[in-house]
Amino acid sequence: MNFTLKIWRQRSHSEPGQMVRYDVDGVTPGMSFLEMMDLLNEQLTVGGEEPVAFDSDCREGICGMCSMVINGQAHGPARATTTCQLYMRQFEDGEEISVEPWRAAAFPLLRDLVVDRSAFDRIMQAGGYISVHSGPKPEPNSIPIENALAEEALDAACCIGCGACVAACPNGAAMLYTAAKVSHLGILPQGQPERYTRVTRMVAQMEHEGFGSCRNYAECEAACPKEISIKFIGRMNRDYLTATLRRPIKRDGPMDSQ
Amino acid sequence: MQRVGTFYRSVIGKKAIVAATGAILLAFLVFHLIGNLKAFLPDPAPGVYDIDLYSKFLRTVGEPLFPRTTVLWTIRCVLLVALGLHIACVVQLAKQNRDARPVAYIHKPARREATPSARWMLYTGSFLILFIVLHLLQFTTGTLGSTGFGESVYANLYLAFHKLYFVGFYAVAMLILALHLFHGAWSLFQSLGLDNPDRNLGLRRFAMAVSIGIFLAFASVPAAFYSGLMQAPKPAAQLTQQFEQQR
Ligand code: HEM
Ligand code: FES
Repeated sequence: MNFTLKIWRQRSHSEPGQMVRYDVDGVTPGMSFLEMMDLLNEQLTVGGEEPVAFDSDCREGICGMCSMVINGQAHGPARATTTCQLYMRQFEDGEEISVEPWRAAAFPLLRDLVVDRSAFDRIMQAGGYISVHSGPKPEPNSIPIENALAEEALDAACCIGCGACVAACPNGAAMLYTAAKVSHLGILPQGQPERYTRVTRMVAQMEHEGFGSCRNYAECEAACPKEISIKFIGRMNRDYLTATLRRPIKRDGPMDSQ
Repeated sequence: MQRVGTFYRSVIGKKAIVAATGAILLAFLVFHLIGNLKAFLPDPAPGVYDIDLYSKFLRTVGEPLFPRTTVLWTIRCVLLVALGLHIACVVQLAKQNRDARPVAYIHKPARREATPSARWMLYTGSFLILFIVLHLLQFTTGTLGSTGFGESVYANLYLAFHKLYFVGFYAVAMLILALHLFHGAWSLFQSLGLDNPDRNLGLRRFAMAVSIGIFLAFASVPAAFYSGLMQAPKPAAQLTQQFEQQR
């Protein structure tokens, strides 16, 4: 198969970038999109050109490193698929394919298709944990968890942090990511003590990083390789409203006279 | 108070305000609609129109406990504050959202889920501001499309909706309102964290029914006047007054 690729090339954050056309041939239908990019890079290297920088690691859809907007769709046209799991048989021979990086103010571009997603790490650091005392590991079955709850928490925990939700959102919002991370702990008993401080802190960090906000388009859900539902955004909204409007109520101290 | 500040500054809090004020405005529309449909009720007496009595009721409701138009003005103030908050929050959110993607995609981004209704909220909403101003100028203050029948709502309706351009404008406006609500009447539940997979379909259908219903019912009044179904008004003001006194 042959393809004409239009790829965003940009040497660094401070230099201007542009779309550059490349022809790549010798692609087989069984190649993944990243393997096709490898092939292109080989051709570029042989021709003495700079290869295209892009992120990848596991190449089996679990690490969340790969990140390309292919023909205007984060991770390409297949649903529930990361770029590394997208195969060239999805495309027509001779097709023109555009490849762009994730676009968001909170994801500064480093080079070509590589963006800096450490804003996600900082959201996690703000509250995406549970505090446990050190010491011997507790017996796993000592806290009974209803199966439906465990499943729901796992649905949220599927998030691989790739950032496709941000890339696909017309508002550049990280609500789906943050909601998944807030929820997978907030649903489980172990996450209850910090449930409301967690949501307030993580949302505050999310805003601080310069992500947009939700208009309930559900584009993120459609782009998510793990099909995480926007129901978690609703759940985060609910927890956030509870946290800011109802809790924590400060009721210590005396009731002074007039 | 500090928490209220946190709430208002956060995007989730602002969106909750948009949703809550949107719900207030939607509730108002339902009552407004019930009032409008009184144009179709049979006349309580010859030359006396039910909708005129209703208009009078709006001004006198609460009497004698509250002076004339107190209740009306209270409701107007609540609506004005709601609308102001709705717009203020929407504008602030829109700015943040624009800043969140400074460099646009070159390939047209695919839209796999967002309906046109959802994507056009800012445009339909902005049109609604224009509509609300013109609508108030026409039927509340009487500044626009001068009516000549004073306080008779029925006569004002009759005069306005014999002109095709008014009928057309109101039909288009109601279509745009319906578009705003097609997304908004569902979205408000999601923004307030009230949607869940088990009720999502129901809420989506609710929004669909609300928007189609609002359009048809509001547009029915101008359509009926234009089509000639409604009888011409008699010089009605005094008749209404006499009727009131007799009752
Ligand atoms: C007059 C000017 C108006 C403007 C500029 C406006 C604009 C908007 C916008 C942009 C949104 C989406 C907000 C977001 O997702 O961030 C919205 C939501 C909404 N609007 Fe309006 N609107 C206006 C008037 C109205 C009116 C008159 C109603 C009454 C029915 C209304 C009802 C709603 C509802 C129910 C929502 C959904 C709230 C949510 O998504 O949480 N709006 N409006
Ligand atoms: S490379 Fe690990 S998910 Fe694609």
